[in-house]
Amino acid sequence: MNLHEYQAKQLFARYGIPVTQGEVAATPEQAVAAAGHLGGDLWVVKAQVHAGGRGKAGGVKLARSAEEVSAAAEAMLGQRLVTKQTGAEGLPINQVFVEAGSPIERELYMSMLVDRGQEQIAIMVSQDGGMDIEEVAANTPERIITVTVHPAAGLQPYQARQLGFALGLDKDQLKQFVPLVQNLYRLFDESDASLVEINPLIVNTDGDLLALDAKINIEDNALFRQPELQAQRDKSQEDPMECSAAEHDLNYVSLEGNIACMVNGAGLAMATMDLIKLHGGEPANFLDVGGGATPDRVAAAFTLILSNPAVKAILVNIFGGIVRCDDIATGIIQAVREIGISVPVVVRLEGTNVDAGKALLAESGLDIMAADDLTDAACKVVAAV
Amino acid sequence: MSVLVNKDSRILCQGLTGRQGSFHAEQCIEYGTQIVAGVTPGRGGEQHLGVPVFDTVSAAVAETGATVSMLFVPAPFAADAILAAADGGIELIVCITEGIPVLDMVRVKAVLKDYDCRLIGPNCPGIITPGECKIGIMPGFIHQPGKVGIISRSGTLTYEAVYQTTRNGLGQTTCIGIGGDSVRGMNFIDCLDLFEQDPATEGIIMVGEIGGTDEEAAARYIQKHVTKPVVAYIAGVTAPAGKRMGHAGAIISGGEGTAAAKYEALEAANVKTVRSPAELGNAMQELLG
Repeated sequence: MNLHEYQAKQLFARYGIPVTQGEVAATPEQAVAAAGHLGGDLWVVKAQVHAGGRGKAGGVKLARSAEEVSAAAEAMLGQRLVTKQTGAEGLPINQVFVEAGSPIERELYMSMLVDRGQEQIAIMVSQDGGMDIEEVAANTPERIITVTVHPAAGLQPYQARQLGFALGLDKDQLKQFVPLVQNLYRLFDESDASLVEINPLIVNTDGDLLALDAKINIEDNALFRQPELQAQRDKSQEDPMECSAAEHDLNYVSLEGNIACMVNGAGLAMATMDLIKLHGGEPANFLDVGGGATPDRVAAAFTLILSNPAVKAILVNIFGGIVRCDDIATGIIQAVREIGISVPVVVRLEGTNVDAGKALLAESGLDIMAADDLTDAACKVVAAV
Repeated sequence: MSVLVNKDSRILCQGLTGRQGSFHAEQCIEYGTQIVAGVTPGRGGEQHLGVPVFDTVSAAVAETGATVSMLFVPAPFAADAILAAADGGIELIVCITEGIPVLDMVRVKAVLKDYDCRLIGPNCPGIITPGECKIGIMPGFIHQPGKVGIISRSGTLTYEAVYQTTRNGLGQTTCIGIGGDSVRGMNFIDCLDLFEQDPATEGIIMVGEIGGTDEEAAARYIQKHVTKPVVAYIAGVTAPAGKRMGHAGAIISGGEGTAAAKYEALEAANVKTVRSPAELGNAMQELLG
């Protein structure tokens, strides 16, 4: 689950991490009022969307007067922002963050995530802030310094200093940096974050460290124990089909193609998408119906799949273990009868009660193509488009 | 022969009395697995599925000599249950549970270093030595005692590999589901090592997926230390970057963890790879033929 920049900065502030002063606004009037509260004569109006690359897409604008603040907010609010991270449809801008402009001396980079190889929280810093960190990692990886934290000891001051020295901070800045990174580690650990990124972490012209941007992703598996953070979820920033799927306890990811699939098990679902592509088709989605594929669940999955107008054929691939193939067949037949499906459906069943399942499909009188095996299933569905 | 579990293994089930634990333990017992105890704090002294229930793992181990735990504890409490198992003297913990927060697993892995035990999972279907011992949720009937060791991050995708090797007569020595999470117990290398040392295992099938670099590390390990034929399949060639594909660990992040990179590493190590999961059985048969 992603947090908006303004929510991340609120969390930073609670943990004593210095952030730029700012306020969130949902209308140009609120934006102007925010600028008034902040005072000064330089503001930055920033689109609040769950994606990076806002600056290059026109989602970050400097403003030197109330009129400019209003105009910038007006241009953004209600529009969709398309950045290189959003996909072609972009994301809706429902709020902007108006912050006091900061005179920047240096732009640095800092992030934290779980290093799955080390099995520890890792902290990365680089003097190349304000840039695409993946480019830095690809072209000049030696300019990224990483420490990993042993969970028993937590982040040690010597590690914080190591990062600070790597950033080329002077004595005064180091004094600010050590508690800053320690607080950030505490935030990461206590919030069950999977990513925290400050890009850039700036040194302003007064020599003070400030988080100019803030990005936080909270691990989905941990949301059950992070109710305050979960309450900040903004579904407008999420794919509507993926949201709808989650409500039905289905795991769904949208893709670009026209052959939909419905599978039990994430690995098999990925393999099914790959199989479709391998045999010349384009998968429309990933969909894992999971272990409890009841008729209702199957029907919900079909409805979801069919709400995508691009879908020209459906492949159902089920390996029944606990789940029985005759139950799946019943579910498919029920769903097709209820919803009335107008695209070809190929079903491949294997496992428990497979013969009974296949018989049910054959006798249903519905236009459902039964496949003999994985390869046959993929070929049939690609040919059906 | 087999690795890790066989007909003599004595298993306790943490979460035996819960819905998932009950259902699957019963299936395991039907398969012939020796489930000798259940552990549910607060329900010690009861009988469930003909098996005594204990309040703690320690008590169950002391009473029954169980050395393996099959864990069906809900995600909020599962990390705690894993540590209780290690501390209670369990040698092999098989954690089926999906949804454990990754920071819990970071802490668990750090603690487990102090114990002489192995962890399989979490978020896995379990481990099975066909004909002898089934620990987890896999359908027993598709398995057949034989000569292929299977290591997989998936559940139902594993069953495809199993079914193909059963149909073509190769059969399996042991199938280990290492699970779909990003921080987990045994990795590919740990399992490859066991299969390399097992006299009955003649070939090894690896089923990987996007996310992390475990398959790449395994490829380098195979090149140096594995003499038996290996066939590998990687799911997620068509997965988009940055999206979690069902499994918590199935995510391409920061450019790392792509299926393409894994295939490249495996092929560079002269591992036989297949691009379709339907080819696993055939490929293994050719190598063992």
